[in-house]
Amino acid sequence: MSDEKKQALEAEIRSYVGKPIGPEVIGRDPVNEPMIRQWCDAMGESHPAYLDVDGAKGTVHGEIVAPPTMLQAWVMEGWDMHEGYDEPKNEQHRLHKLLADNGYTGVLGTNTEENYTRYLKLGETVKALTVIDEISEEKATGAGIGYFITTKTAFENQDGEELGSMSFRVLRFKPANPQPTASAAGGEEAVAQKPSRIKPPMGHDNGWWWERVADDGVIPIQRCTSCEKLRHPPRPMCDGCGHQGFDSIDASGKATLTTYTVVHYPQFPGYEYPIISIIVDLEEGERMASSLIDCEREDVKIGMALEAVIHEDDDGFKIPLFKPAS
Amino acid sequence: MPTTLHNEAAIAGIGQTAYSKNSGVSELQLATEAVRAAIDDAGIHPSEVDGLVTYTMDSSDEVEVARTVGIGDMTYWSQVNYGGGAAVGLITHAAMAVATGQAKNVVVYRALNGRSGQRMGQGVSGNIISSDLIHWSWYMPFGLLTPASWIALQANLYMEKYGATSEHLAHVAITQRMHAQNNPNAAMYGKPMTMDDYMNSRMVCEPLRLFDCCQEDDGGVALLITTPERAKDMKQKPAVMRAVTQASFEGQEQMTSFYRDDLAALPEMELAAKIVYEMSGLGPKDIDASCLYDAFTPEILMQLEAFGFCGKGEAKDFVTADSLTIGGALPNNTHGGLLSEAYMHGVNNIAEGVRLIRGESCNQPENVEHVLVTSGVGVPTGAVIFGQA
Repeated sequence: MSDEKKQALEAEIRSYVGKPIGPEVIGRDPVNEPMIRQWCDAMGESHPAYLDVDGAKGTVHGEIVAPPTMLQAWVMEGWDMHEGYDEPKNEQHRLHKLLADNGYTGVLGTNTEENYTRYLKLGETVKALTVIDEISEEKATGAGIGYFITTKTAFENQDGEELGSMSFRVLRFKPANPQPTASAAGGEEAVAQKPSRIKPPMGHDNGWWWERVADDGVIPIQRCTSCEKLRHPPRPMCDGCGHQGFDSIDASGKATLTTYTVVHYPQFPGYEYPIISIIVDLEEGERMASSLIDCEREDVKIGMALEAVIHEDDDGFKIPLFKPAS
Repeated sequence: MPTTLHNEAAIAGIGQTAYSKNSGVSELQLATEAVRAAIDDAGIHPSEVDGLVTYTMDSSDEVEVARTVGIGDMTYWSQVNYGGGAAVGLITHAAMAVATGQAKNVVVYRALNGRSGQRMGQGVSGNIISSDLIHWSWYMPFGLLTPASWIALQANLYMEKYGATSEHLAHVAITQRMHAQNNPNAAMYGKPMTMDDYMNSRMVCEPLRLFDCCQEDDGGVALLITTPERAKDMKQKPAVMRAVTQASFEGQEQMTSFYRDDLAALPEMELAAKIVYEMSGLGPKDIDASCLYDAFTPEILMQLEAFGFCGKGEAKDFVTADSLTIGGALPNNTHGGLLSEAYMHGVNNIAEGVRLIRGESCNQPENVEHVLVTSGVGVPTGAVIFGQA
């Protein structure tokens, strides 16, 4: 897209900010028992305040009320309001169509926030007015480049009494790398798999080390079979004498903390944040990277004594970590 | 045949694209736009260029660039490894080529969609078995996945050893942000920063906050290198290389040189300093301005020590004395640097070094005779000292 075209597009989308998406929506039915009952069934909700006339009398409400999180349900419109954008029916549709026509074809609901002023009573009619509240700068995201669009909805009853509000944000984006669908990636199994830490690629020079961690539950240190010099991380030749043969010794697991960082961001799937990532000096003299567990942030001190633990992840991967020495 | 690169090569042209967070064009388009701009800046025709050098990380091949720009016959091309450490390496290779006569006019370039495309900050992963990936595998499983995390390990130890604090890092960040306010090409132009802004920025990898970290941008930069003799007949005032070198020190790894005795120092930068000072016959007192590689603020402190602008552990006092400002002892990254202009992998810092020699910086200090520019920190790197023709 040329700079001029882009500027024109941005000017046009920004003209939507502050506009109501359409006229006020008035709930088709007043707050009523059958809808509450259906909603509670679907959600697994069984509180008597919502479902039982006699039970409700014993609550602070004294009568049946609607679950607060149903707020939006009272003004939800039929499916026909959400069919495509060929014939946009409101300002929000027009904004989305404009972006879609300019290549921002992807849409992703990112977050929603609701505030409830009070419980709704039977017979009240809910009205909602939704305004296009904010459009972000163009952002590069994992899904692709696009704009975050936030709408704000104000809810009130037939007398204009405030009932609550909702903000809803979507990302309208140009899909960067179309992701394979669940079925293409191996069906439900692939979707259900919990992400885990990034695994080391296993090659000639390092695979044996991880195998010894997994099989023997030790931290091996590579040793030259000619001059007996230790080296970590493993490499295929001794930098002391040039010999290629090697075996390994088992580290005692005793170590001191050389330096550390507390990693907060970015957060990758498969890790729990914050991570205290560390460099340690093993008792045998070699250094290695790892992470520190079972230690509060404020207790971390350079030079502290540590001991190794062979940690097993949920997926069975074994990895040497450290904790404060007991 | 020259035996060193002292005064054997000069930068006679610089070119750049706009820097943005989303270029909307290919990296090849950015590369060729920058290359063409550097050639035009020097005032020669593309057909007079006979060599190209870029990063191994760059996606625009030399012949694709040549064909697109209209560069004809070539007798020299090469690529330099190690991310931002390559920056000065590019001009070292180009200088060798023009000094030996292997090529006459060499253009070096780096172009990337570094924000809208592959981002440095998004971490490393992969299943291909190469020595480089096995190297990363000693860090990835432990959560050390980003440049900030690797640098933070060294920075934390440095700060603890010498008593440097977040306030000292803030001085570096705020000074460069201030410089960017006079640079309309800078990502942070029009966005000045206070100490409060800095302190309130979110923690990324302790001790690094968001504003200790450089930008991520889309764009391209190119430089045209030729002999000082040929440069005389070109359009611009050349920046002559008094000395230029690459430098990798014993025990070097790419970003993870954690196995040396002193983690609170940059021995590869000390090596680069020794070589460029010896080759040029100059010392730290002769340097009037610098563009020290600044992917992260602590790197500036450690380089000030490596290049002898102050003693070991004294950089914190050096930066608080406003030494890095335009009127200071060592105006540094007068364009805003990688922190506040753009992350063009260090090549934009070399372009600013050339502007400082020409007297064309947006924050031009008075009487600039010699400028020091360095490449990537924590990686095999390099340094150059520019002087007047």
